[in-house]
Amino acid sequence: MKEEVVTKDEATVPAARGAAAEASGEPLLVVDKLVKHFPVKGGFPIRRTVGAVQAVDGIDLTVHVGESFGLVGESGCGKSTTGRLITRLLEPTSGKISYRGQDISHASRKQLAPIRSEIQMIFQDPYSSLNPRQTVGKIISGPMEINDINPAGGREKRVRELLEIVGLNPEHFNRFPHEFSGGQRQRIGVARALALEPKLIVADEPVSALDVSIQAQVVNLLQQVQKDLGIAFLFIAHDLAVVRHFSQRVAVMYLGKIIEVGDRDSIYARPRHPYTHALLSAVPEVNLDGDEEAQRERIRLAGDVPSPISPPSGCRFRTRCWKATEKCATEEPPLVRISGNGPGHLTACHFPEEPTTGARDEDIVLDPALAALEETEG
Amino acid sequence: MTTVTKEPGDSGAAGGDAFLSVRDLHVSFKTEDGIVRAVNGLSFDLQRGRTLGIVGESGSGKSVTNLTILGLHNPMFTTIDGEILLDGQELITARESELEKLRGNKAAMIFQDPLTALSPYYTVGRQIAEPFMKHTGASKKAAWERAVEMLGKVGIPHPKERAKDYPHQFSGGMRQRAMIAMALVCNPDLLIADEPTTALDVTVQAQILDLLKDLQQEFGSAIVFITHDLGVIADMADDIMVMYAGGAVERGTVDEVLRAPQHPYTWGLLNSMPRLGSDLGTPLTPIPGTPPSLLNPPSGCRFHPRCTYQGEVGGARCVDEPPLLPPGRGGACHLTAEQKQTIFIEQIKPRLR
Repeated sequence: MKEEVVTKDEATVPAARGAAAEASGEPLLVVDKLVKHFPVKGGFPIRRTVGAVQAVDGIDLTVHVGESFGLVGESGCGKSTTGRLITRLLEPTSGKISYRGQDISHASRKQLAPIRSEIQMIFQDPYSSLNPRQTVGKIISGPMEINDINPAGGREKRVRELLEIVGLNPEHFNRFPHEFSGGQRQRIGVARALALEPKLIVADEPVSALDVSIQAQVVNLLQQVQKDLGIAFLFIAHDLAVVRHFSQRVAVMYLGKIIEVGDRDSIYARPRHPYTHALLSAVPEVNLDGDEEAQRERIRLAGDVPSPISPPSGCRFRTRCWKATEKCATEEPPLVRISGNGPGHLTACHFPEEPTTGARDEDIVLDPALAALEETEG
Repeated sequence: MTTVTKEPGDSGAAGGDAFLSVRDLHVSFKTEDGIVRAVNGLSFDLQRGRTLGIVGESGSGKSVTNLTILGLHNPMFTTIDGEILLDGQELITARESELEKLRGNKAAMIFQDPLTALSPYYTVGRQIAEPFMKHTGASKKAAWERAVEMLGKVGIPHPKERAKDYPHQFSGGMRQRAMIAMALVCNPDLLIADEPTTALDVTVQAQILDLLKDLQQEFGSAIVFITHDLGVIADMADDIMVMYAGGAVERGTVDEVLRAPQHPYTWGLLNSMPRLGSDLGTPLTPIPGTPPSLLNPPSGCRFHPRCTYQGEVGGARCVDEPPLLPPGRGGACHLTAEQKQTIFIEQIKPRLR
C-alpha cells in the first residue's frame, strides 16, 4: 500500500486522476441479490428462531469508479444495513458482493484486510463515532497504524495534510473531540475516512445530525473530496434534496428492496414507481417563485411502512399503493427497464405512473382522517 | 399580521387583538459553566386561528421560549423576565395552580419525540382521557368515549380497540397522531408544536402536517410551530419569525420572509439549503463558522462573526451596537433598506435558482 500514498501536491490537485477515473465508468462495486435477514428469537425455555427481520431482501446495485451513488428511503427500508453489508460490518445471509471483481461476500478477516483500507465509512453521529479519549491526531492516524502505513514525512505530517484538506486547522491535531463542534467533528470523521486513500466511501447519513447551515459546509466538503480525489461514494440518506444535490445516480429503497434506480434526472424528474412519486410529493419545499407549487402533485399515503418481519406478498408497496390490484399481491414485479424509461432507469412496478411530477387533476389522499376532514371542508 | 411594539407598556393597546403576546422576554439558566442567556428581549404576537412558524438552528432559543409560555422550566435554575399574555392573562407571574388549569386546556403542546413524551405505563386512551377529565370534570366513561372519538379523528384505525393499547404498540406516526389527539382533546386555543415531525419519515410527515392544518381549520386554534426546516415552515405557517442565538432576527409573513428576506442570516439559510427544484450547477453556499455559545455571546449584532456583509455597514456598528428588530415586518440588521434590496437581488437571488 505504501506506493499508494500520495504527496500533498497530488492530494490537493489530483483533478486529472479524478476525471480519468470518472470517465472510465468501470464497475467498482457490484452487489448481486444481496440478502440480510436478522433472526427473531422467541419461546421459553428454549429460545428458537421464530422469524426474521428481512432488512435487505435481494438487492442488486453497481457503483462505478469515481461515481456518487445515492441510496434513499425511509427508516427501516434497509439502506443502512446495505451500507454495513458492503463494508462487511455485517455478514450477508446470501448474495454476492464483489469489489473490483473479487468476491468479498464471505471473505475472512485476513482476506479482507487489504480491501478494508479501500472501502471506508463515514458515520451519522459525529459524537459517538469518535473516541473521546483519543486526540484527533490519534483518531486520524489510527487507520494508518492498523494497516502499517508509513507515509513519507511521517504520519503526523499526513494527519496535518488531511486536517487541511477537510478545512480544519492542522495545529489542532493534539486536541480532543469534545473541543470541536458537530460540524467540525464530522470533518474529523471525513479526514479519518480519507487517511487510507480509499476508492469507495460509504457515507451513512453523514449530514442528518447537523444544523442546516453546517450541513451545507459538509456537503460541499464531501463534493470537493469526491471531485478532487476521484473517490466513489455510496451516499445513504433520507433527505431527498441532499441526495439529489450529491449523487449522479440514485436508488430508492422500500422495505428491503430497490424499487427504482436511475440517473438523477430520471428519478427526480421522470419517476415511474408510485412510491417514488409519493416520496417526492411529500418533501416540503420552499416555494420561492409563487407558481411552482401549483405544479407539484400531492400524494398523501395512509399509515406507516409495514413491518419487515412479515412484509406484504408480491409488491411490497401494494398495501399503501393506490394502483394495487390482485396481480400486485401474487406476483412480485421485477426491477427492469420498463417501456418509456431511459437507459439505466429501472423500475419494479406492474402499473407504473406517468413520468412527471406535475400536479394531477385530483390529489391522491389515501389517509382516511385527512380524506374525511377534507371532505367536510370541500 | 404580527404587530409588535418595543415598549412593554404598549402591549395593552398593540396586543389588543393578539391572543398570545410576548413582550421583551429574557430567559437565562444557571449552569456549572456560568449563566446561559437562552432568550434575549424577544417580543411577538399571535392571533387566533393563525400559525406562527419559528425557525432557527439548535440553540437559537426557539424551544426555550415555548417551554416558558407553558411554565415548564424549573424555577430553581431559571430566571425569567418580561411579559407573556395569553388571552389577557399574565403567565410569568401566574401561580402554579393557575398554570395547571391552563396547560392541556387552553394551551397544549406537541413534543418532538412521541415515545418519550407519552407514558409507557398507561394506555393511550387513558392518557388522552386524563386531561379531559381534569379540565371538564367529565366522568371516566365520557372521557374514554371522547378519547376514542379523538383517536378516530386523527386517523387511528379501529380507535375503540387501539385506545386500549400502550404507546409501544403504536408505530412512530401513530404515536404522533395520538399526541395530537391528546393535545386537541380539550379544544385548546393555543397549540404549541415543537418540531412535531422531525422524528418522522417524510411520507408520514406530510400526512401529519396536512392533518394539523385541517384540524386547525376545524378547531380554530392558534399554532406556534417550531422547526429548523424552512420547507416545513413554508408549508405550515402564516407568519415566520427567524431566531438566532436567543433573539428574533427577522419576521414577516411567509411570502415576505421567503421571497424577499431582509436579514443576512435568512439569506444564509436559504442559500445553504438544497431544494428539489434548485439548480444543480450552483454549489450550496454555507454560512461560515458555527453558531455562538450562549454562555459568552458576541457583542453587538450576534450574527456579526459569521456575517459576510459586515463591511458594507462600515465602522464598528455591527460589533458595538445590537440592531433592533423593527415592529411588524423587518429584520434586525444595520444594513440600510436599499443595501438589503441590492444585495438580495444581485447576490442572493441568483443563487436561489
